[in-house]
Amino acid sequence: MQVEKFKYDNKIVKLFAYATVFWGVIGMLVGLLVAFQFIFPSLSFNLEYTTFGRVRPLHTNAVIFAFVGNGIFAGVYYSLQRLLKARMYSDLLSKINFWGWQLIIVSAAITLPLGYTTSKEYAELEWPIDIAIALIWVVFGWNMFATILKRRERHLYVAIWFYIATFVTVAVLHIVNSFELPVTFMKSYSWYAGVQDALVQWWYGHNAVAFFLTTPYLGLMYYFVPKAANRPVFSYRLSIIHFWALIFLYIWAGPHHLLYTALPDWAQSLGTVFSVMLIAPSWGGMINGLLTLRGAWDKVRDSAVLKFMVVAITAYGMSTFEGPMLSLKNVNAIAHFTDWIVAHVHVGALGWNGFLTFGMLYYLWPKLFQTKLWSVKLANFHFWIGTLGILFYAIPLYWAGFTQSQMWNDFTNEGFLKYPNFLETVTNIIPMYAYRAIGGLLYYVGVIVMVVNLVQTAKSGVFLAEEEAEAAPLKKLSANYKDEHWHRWFERKPTQMLIGSLVVILIGGVIEMVPTFLVKSNVPTIASVKPYTPLELIGRDIYIKEGCNNCHSQMIRPFRSETERYGEYSKAGEFVYDHPFLWGSKRTGPDLAREGSAKLKKPNSWHFKHMYDPRSVSPGSIMPPYPWLLDKSYDTTVTAAKIRAMITLGVPYEEDYPEKANADVEKQANEIVEEMRGTLEEEGFEVAADREIVALIAYLQRLGVDIEKGNQTAEN
Amino acid sequence: MLKFIKHNMETIGGVEIFPLISFLIFFVFFIGLFTWVMKMKKTEVNMLAQLPFEDKTQENETTNI
Repeated sequence: MQVEKFKYDNKIVKLFAYATVFWGVIGMLVGLLVAFQFIFPSLSFNLEYTTFGRVRPLHTNAVIFAFVGNGIFAGVYYSLQRLLKARMYSDLLSKINFWGWQLIIVSAAITLPLGYTTSKEYAELEWPIDIAIALIWVVFGWNMFATILKRRERHLYVAIWFYIATFVTVAVLHIVNSFELPVTFMKSYSWYAGVQDALVQWWYGHNAVAFFLTTPYLGLMYYFVPKAANRPVFSYRLSIIHFWALIFLYIWAGPHHLLYTALPDWAQSLGTVFSVMLIAPSWGGMINGLLTLRGAWDKVRDSAVLKFMVVAITAYGMSTFEGPMLSLKNVNAIAHFTDWIVAHVHVGALGWNGFLTFGMLYYLWPKLFQTKLWSVKLANFHFWIGTLGILFYAIPLYWAGFTQSQMWNDFTNEGFLKYPNFLETVTNIIPMYAYRAIGGLLYYVGVIVMVVNLVQTAKSGVFLAEEEAEAAPLKKLSANYKDEHWHRWFERKPTQMLIGSLVVILIGGVIEMVPTFLVKSNVPTIASVKPYTPLELIGRDIYIKEGCNNCHSQMIRPFRSETERYGEYSKAGEFVYDHPFLWGSKRTGPDLAREGSAKLKKPNSWHFKHMYDPRSVSPGSIMPPYPWLLDKSYDTTVTAAKIRAMITLGVPYEEDYPEKANADVEKQANEIVEEMRGTLEEEGFEVAADREIVALIAYLQRLGVDIEKGNQTAEN
Repeated sequence: MLKFIKHNMETIGGVEIFPLISFLIFFVFFIGLFTWVMKMKKTEVNMLAQLPFEDKTQENETTNI
C-alpha cells in the first residue's frame, strides 16, 4: 500500500507548552502569596483585590485550569497526533483552542480579584466566562474527534480513551454545575439551592479532580512513561480495567465532600462506598505505571524525566489511597474543614500533576528543539528541591490539620470546650503555616530553575515546527470481523467509545442525583425559615464577592464539640433559599452558620470594627481587614432584578415585591446604623446607611436566627 | 430534631431499589469487563501496547536526560 507523507504540528504543542510554563509560574506565585498571607496578614496589602478570599480562587483556577489545563492540551496535541499517525484535523481549530483558552484564563485573572465569583469552588467564574469555556471545550473536542476520524492507525491506544472520557465528562460536569440564572452581566444565582446545590457542586468539584486533574494525566502517563522508559506499558489488560473502572466509579464519589452535613445520609453513604472502591482502579493504574519500569530502574537513576514520573505516579498512589481513607466518616470527622485536606490536595497537585508536567516538559523540549537538554544537573536539582518542597509543604499541614481538629474537639473535665476561643486553635498552628510556605518556596525555586533550563535548551536548539512523518492510510475493513474481541470493535469506533464513556458516567450521575432531586419536596420544611430581606440578600452577595466562604463554613456538623461551640447542628431545611449554598469546605476562621443566633450574636458595632480591622477586636487574628466596606456603597439599582431572579428560582417573595424592595433596604439599613451609631461615632468612625458594611452586617446578624424563632414557637 | 436529617429518603416511593440497581449495574459491569479482558489474545494485547512506539519519525532511544 502507498505510504502517505504528512507533518505533525509541533507549533501548537510548543504554544501550549509555553503557556503551561508561563501560567505555572504565575499560578504558583499566587499560591505562594496566599501561603504567606497566613503568616503575614499584612500581605493582603489592605487592598480588596489581594485579600485571601479573592486571591485563593485565583490561585486554584490558575494552577488547575491554566497550568494543568495547558499541560493537558500540550500533552494531548503531541501524543494524539503520533498515536493516530495524523496531523491535527485543523490548524485553525487548534489555534482557536489555544487563544480561546488563554483568553478565558486572562478574563479569570481579571474578574476574580475584582470579586466576580459564583462562590462555587473550582467553578467560580461567572456566567459569560462559563459560556466561553463550554464553547472552547467543544472546539477542543471537535478538533480531537475529527483527527480521530481521519487517523491512519485503526486502534485507539488507551491514552486516547482517557482523553475521550475527559472531554465528554468535563463537558457534562461543566454544563450541569453551571446552571445559573444571570441577574446582570457578571452576576448570577445558582439554579439549585441549599442541599441540592451542595450535591451538584461536589459532584462537580470531585469530578473536576477526577476528570481534569486525573484522567487526562493518566492518558499522558500511559503515553509518556512508556516513551521515556522505551518499553511498553506493564499490562495493557490492566489499563483497560483501569480505564473503565475508574470512570465508572469516580463519578459517584462526590458526596464524600459532604459527610456529616445536612445532605441525606443515603447519599453520604453512597459517596463513601464508591470512594473506598476507587482504591482498586487507582492503585491498579499506579502499579501499571510503576511496573512499566520493571527491569529498567537503572534508567531512573540517569534520567530526570523518569525521576519526575516515578515520583508523580507515587504521589498519585498516595493521594488515591488517602482519598478513600478520608471518605470514611470517622476519619473525615477529624480531617474535614482542616488543613489536612489542603495537604492531601497538594500531594496530588504538586506531586502528581506538577511532577508529571515537569517530566513531560523535560521530555518534550529536546524533541521539539532537536537538541539535548541544556543542563541535566539543573533538571536533577529541580527534582530534588521539588521533592523536598512537597515534603515541607505537606507534613507540617498534616500536623496542623490534626492538631487543630484535636483542639476543636477537646473538652475539659468539667465538660466545657477546652479552647472555646476559635482563634487559639489558629494561632497555635501558625508555625506550621510558616513551614508550609517554605515548602512552597522550595518547590517554586525548582520551577524557576526549570524555566531557565528550558529557555536555554530552546536557545541552543532549532525548533522543529513541522515534523515529517509517514504512514499507510487505513485499509477498508472487511465485513467479516465477528470473531474479534468486543473491545477491538470499541477501539475502532471512537464515536461508540464516546457514547460508551458518556453512558458509564451518566449512570453514576443519574442514580446519585435523581433521588436527591426528588428530595426537594421531601426536605422537611422549617416553617420559621423565611427568605432573606433585600438588604440581607445584598449583604450575602457581598459575602460571596469577598469570598468569605473560602475561610468560613456555614455547616455545623452533629458533633457535641460543634454544637457546644456554634449551636444546634445545621438542618437541610435551613438552606432552601440559599442560591448558591455557602457551606464552605475549610475553617480557617470559625463557622458562621449561626453567627446571628442568641448564642453567638455580637453587637453590630463589633462586626463594623471587626471588618475594619479584625485585630482591633480579636488580637492575633489572621483575617485580612476590609476597610473599603466602610467607604463603598452597595448598588440598589439591581435590587429589583435580584429579587425577581429569586422569585424565578422559586423563592416565595410576593409578586409585586421587587419594586418595593428598596424601601425595605433603606428601612433596615437605617435601623442597623441607628443602633450602632452612638458607639462608633464615639470612637471616631463615620457611619452611613448606604455602605456595604451595613448590608454585610444585616446578613451576618440573620445567620441562624430563623431556626431559633421556630424553636420558640414550638416551645410556646 | 433528628427528623431533619434522618429518613429524608423514606418518603420517596420505592427508594430501596436505588442501591439495589446500583449494585447490580456495578456487579454485572465489572464481571463482564473482567471476563472480556481475560479472554483477549496475547498477540493482540502486545500489538496494542506497542502502539506508542510505531511512531516512524524518531528512533525510540531512551531519552537522553
